Parts: sequence; structure tokens; C-alpha cells
Amino acid sequence: MKKSVFAAAVVASLVASNVAKAEPQAEVLHWWTSGGEAKSVAVLQKEFADNGGTWTDMPVAGGGGDAAMTALRARVLSGNAPTAVQLKGPAIAEWYEEGVLADISDVAEAQGWADVLPASIAGHMKCEGTWCAAPVNVHRIDWIWANADILKANDIAMPNTWAEFNAAADKLMAAGVIPLAHGGQAWQDATVFEAVALGLGGADFFQKAFVDLDMDTLKSDQMVEVFDQMRKLRGYVDGNFSGRDWNLATAMVMNGEAAFQIMGDWAKGEFLAAGKVPGEDFLCVSTPGDGFLYSVDSFAMFNVDGDDKQNGQKLLAELIVGKSFQKVFNLNKGSIPARTDVALDEFDSCAHTSAADMAASNTGGSLLPSYAHGMALRGAQAGAITDVVTAHFNSDMSSAEAVQMLADAVANSL
Amino acid sequence: MTEWLERHVPKMVLAPSFVAVLIFVYGFIIWTGWVSLTRSKLMPKYEIKGFIQYDRLFASPRWDTAMDNLFIFGGLFIGISLILGLFLAILLDQKIRAEGALRTIYLYPMALSMIVTGTAWKWIMNPGLGIEATVRSWGFESFTFNWITDPNMAIYAVVIAAVWQASGFVMALFLAGLRSVDEEIIKAAQVDGIPTWRIYSAIIIPSMAPIFLSAFIVLAHLAIKSFDLVIALTGGGPGYATDLPATYMYAMAFSRGDIGQAASSAMVMMGVVFTIVVPYLYSELRAKHD
Repeated sequence: MKKSVFAAAVVASLVASNVAKAEPQAEVLHWWTSGGEAKSVAVLQKEFADNGGTWTDMPVAGGGGDAAMTALRARVLSGNAPTAVQLKGPAIAEWYEEGVLADISDVAEAQGWADVLPASIAGHMKCEGTWCAAPVNVHRIDWIWANADILKANDIAMPNTWAEFNAAADKLMAAGVIPLAHGGQAWQDATVFEAVALGLGGADFFQKAFVDLDMDTLKSDQMVEVFDQMRKLRGYVDGNFSGRDWNLATAMVMNGEAAFQIMGDWAKGEFLAAGKVPGEDFLCVSTPGDGFLYSVDSFAMFNVDGDDKQNGQKLLAELIVGKSFQKVFNLNKGSIPARTDVALDEFDSCAHTSAADMAASNTGGSLLPSYAHGMALRGAQAGAITDVVTAHFNSDMSSAEAVQMLADAVANSL
Repeated sequence: MTEWLERHVPKMVLAPSFVAVLIFVYGFIIWTGWVSLTRSKLMPKYEIKGFIQYDRLFASPRWDTAMDNLFIFGGLFIGISLILGLFLAILLDQKIRAEGALRTIYLYPMALSMIVTGTAWKWIMNPGLGIEATVRSWGFESFTFNWITDPNMAIYAVVIAAVWQASGFVMALFLAGLRSVDEEIIKAAQVDGIPTWRIYSAIIIPSMAPIFLSAFIVLAHLAIKSFDLVIALTGGGPGYATDLPATYMYAMAFSRGDIGQAASSAMVMMGVVFTIVVPYLYSELRAKHD
């Protein structure tokens, strides 16, 4: 009896001290509103609540994040920033330069983020040396998805070089199959383009061209070759591709209308949702060439006032990079965890390949940020490149012309 | 007191909207003009840096495409809508049966949002689903109508959808104009044995000049601010072949974090509107003075 009274007193005092410590609060701005994504956010929401926090959800759908960014701009201008915002790549640095990001180095150091995150990914989470964002996942961009039955029927192996890909595609064309399922939207053209650039030019070329924006590399003969390959790919696409959404292109591969699709690993979700099995019904291999193009979703932490909000921010950062969330979230989303020490037993074979390749390219120096998905460049520069890529892909512009235009556009965007 | 009220109540009632217009229209025009002279990127900055944004704008091939498209689209859209609208109005003017019902049918597209028009026409003109696929399934295997996927023709596909939307409205305007022409003059002409087409071309249409002008103004501003139709129909594609100034501005402001560039393109758009509207206002105001 005495013991239980004592225990109750301890509990009561703990609760009291918790209340005094200010309950963690977080207002989170994000645009994960579609099925699988919303489920993934709900996981974080629940963990946050389980740890005694109050989560204020602020989902803003539309425009691939454009609408959310507009909302963010308004909030920051009015001096009332959300606690955490779904931001990625150089956008984090852009907001840091506006002087509105918080420093979460104490959480990062206490949790040893530097030891568990690949160095190049950790680099995106830092603003001039201090940690200011927490990574959620790693999407790989340079995937090529294939319909296993079509490849078998036409006796084609997964291509390891772009020349092999072209040979396979010619064979498929002759057999009356659409070789490449593609949606003619600018970002999809850019996705294919960067996979080709990495494959033909290698990691060094990619780094110089799309991260450092080196003019000589942008105008090099290698770049002409990349555009030549894009022109070839244009021939492998069906006539009805304009404006098609990526998931419809994925469906073409699934239904056996087309053989390949070049798309990030969110395409896997479409296959899995249709009950297809990786390795049997569909194949996932990296696009020809060495390297790994990543797109890392992350939450940037904004300056907020009040202990409750700052505690919430710290708790949120800790949970986001925590092992359990990284696992559950990425199982839902189709990506792989950003931290490298999460057990991957429950993940599928594509995710295993992705994780192994990420580790290998991290040591090999070919772990590179995707330009098409806003990891390598700021919006204006990435947009300028995409304009040229999509203009070339959708017209009969020559490769030499495209390269000149590319250099001009990048120079004009700076 | 009542006299004082009579004199001042209208002013008091109008004042709030006057202030609102002053701030939210003219104030923000000035703000945009200011921002267009800065190096604003993600967030607006207010330090004036000269005309660099305009230099960048005019060096951008995408902006060139957008302006070319505006003139192609605007010219064809206004021209075809006027001609088609007039033609339909003249046909409806022949004292036909069920005119009310027909008029409503032609006017209905105007009631739709451009988004709906764009989405519907996207499917109709999609070579794999719409007209091309249908005609081919009838056996005409070589029939092609793939304007919407052809970067050189896509802007004309946008014109088709826009004309479909607006020509019924123009028809209604013209029909009202046709009806307002003095019956007596027409009857006199008929008595004189003048053929119907001559009556239209020499008497009725010339007397409708003001209607032409208002139809033109309405269509011109629709063309310049056209945004939703392109977004729904082609998304600016293929590539950026159907970009219009408004979609360019949106992309710069909201997708690319290049507010300075967006502001400068907005100012140029406003310049285009002014070159059309100012002469109109001038002629209107002068007419009142005379």
C-alpha cells in the first residue's frame, strides 16, 4: 500500500514536471496528401503524439509543393513560420539565407546523425556547419523498370550500357512493342535526361555539369552525346506521350504495352499496389552506368518562439531520424531510409538493391544529388536546364543547338 | 440634412471599394514594378538593381515562345471568335424556330470554367483517345489529328478550345446588336429589292461597330490573361511550346523562386494590356466630351 502511494506520488510529480516543462508542440507544413504519403505522415503524427506532443497538421496540396511554398512564403513574411516544413535540397539553403531557419545541432549531435547518414546527404541538412533540417528518406531517381514477361518473350537482358539499351529498344520496336513508356511532362523529360547524363558521362561529368554548373562541361562534346541519346529515346516513345502522367506510363509497363520506364522508385508503389512481384513480374535495375542519383525528402526547422514549440521541434527532429520512423515511413513510401543502420529485412528486393548501391556509391564518390528533383540546383537554374531539355526532346532541335541553348539558359538564370 | 446625405451617401458607400481598388490594384501594380527592378529570388527584396530582370527576360527563349504564342493565340482567338460569332448570330437572326433553345445551346460553353473546357478538349484531341482514334476506328487508318502533341501545332489546338468556349458568347453579343438595328431601315431596303447579303454587309454590320469594339475588348483581355485553359489543356507542353506569358509568370513566381523575373514578366504583360486598352479608353472618353 505504502509502495503504491509512493509510486503514485512519483508519477504525479513526473506528470507535474512534464507539464511545467511545456508540452512539445509542432505545426508541420507538408504536401504529402495522397494515399501512401498521407499514411506515411500519419505514422510520424502518431509517434509524436505518443511522446506527449501536440501535432498541428498543415497539409497544403497542389502543384508538387508549389502551393505549400506559397503558403510558407506568406507565413514567413507575416513572422509566423511553422515549426517544421517539408523542404529539400538547396531550397533549405535558400531559406537559411533569408535568416529564418533554426539550429538543431544539439539534437543532431546527441543522436549522432553524422555517423549514420551518408556524408553527401548529411551535407544537405546543414546550413553553414549547423544542422537545420532532418532527412526522412532517400529516393533513387536513376531506376529503369521493366516488364519481365516482355523481356523474356523477346529474349532481352536488362541493359548495362546505353548502347545495349538502344539495341534492346530497336529489337522491341521491330517486335511491335513500345520500348519506352514515358510521360511528356517537363520533369519526366528531365528525369530521363539526368539518368542518361549520369550513364554516359559518369559521376565526375554529372557533378561538374549539374552541381557546379561548369560552363565548359555544359558545352562539352559529352553533353552533345547526351542530347543525341535523348533524341534516340524520343524515337522509342509512343506517339501519344504528351502530358501523360508518370503513373499512367508505369501502368503501360505493367500491362505489357511497353517494356521499360525510367522513373524514380515511387514507381515501385504502383507495381506493388497492383499486386506485382519485384523480380518476377517486373524488374528494377539502375539505369545504365555507374552512380546513384538521390532525392532526399526532409523537414527544415524554422525559427519559432516559445519553449513548447522549440521542444516540439527537437522532439520532431529526433523522431524523424529515429530508426523506427525511418523504417515504417519508407516501407509505406517506397523509398529507403536515409540512415544507413536500419535493418532492411521487411523491405523488398528493389529497396535492398537501392541501399546496397547507395553504400557502394557513397564510398566510390558517385552518390550524387538529382538535379531534376530539386536536389542539386536552385529552382531558377534547374528550371532553366529543364526548359532546354524538354524543348529539345519535344522538337527537332539538333544536339549542338541544344547544348548552346543550355549554356545560354544557365548563364541567364544566374 | 437630407440634402447633405443625398450628396454624400453615394461617396461614402463607394469609398471602401475605392480604397480597396487603390491599394489592391494600383498599389500592387506599383509594388510589382518596384520588385521587377530588384534581384528578388525566393522572397521579395527592395533594393533596386536596375533593369537586369528585363534583360534576363528578353534573353530567355522561353519568354520569346510565350510572347509569340500570345500573338498567335490572341490574334486567331479574337479573329475566329468574332467571325464565327457573327456568322452564327446572322444565322440565328433569320427568324428560325426554336431560336431560344439554340441560342442557349451556343451560349452554354461560356458558362463552363476554362478548366473544364481544357480537360474535355484534352481528351477530345488526344490522338490515342479522341478524334484521331475514333476516325481511325472507322477505317480511315491514315487520318491524323495530333496537333496537341505536335509542338509546332499545339498552340492552334489551344485556339480551337478557346474559340469553342467564347464564340457563343460573341454570338449573343452580336445577336443583340443585330436586333437593335432599326427595323424600318431594313424594311425600306427590302422594299427597294436589295439582296439580303447586301443588307447585312452595307447596313446592319456597319451599324454594329460599337458591338465589335466591346466584343474585341472582352476577347482581348480573355486572351492576355489566359492561364487556366493552357494549364488544363496542355500544361504548357509539349515542352514549353504552348507557354503563355501568364503561365511563364506563374512558373517563375511559384515553381522557380524567381520573383524578380515573375514581376518583370507581369509588367510586360501589363504593358501589352495597356497598348490595347488605353486607345479604347481614350476614344471612349473623348466621345463623351464631344
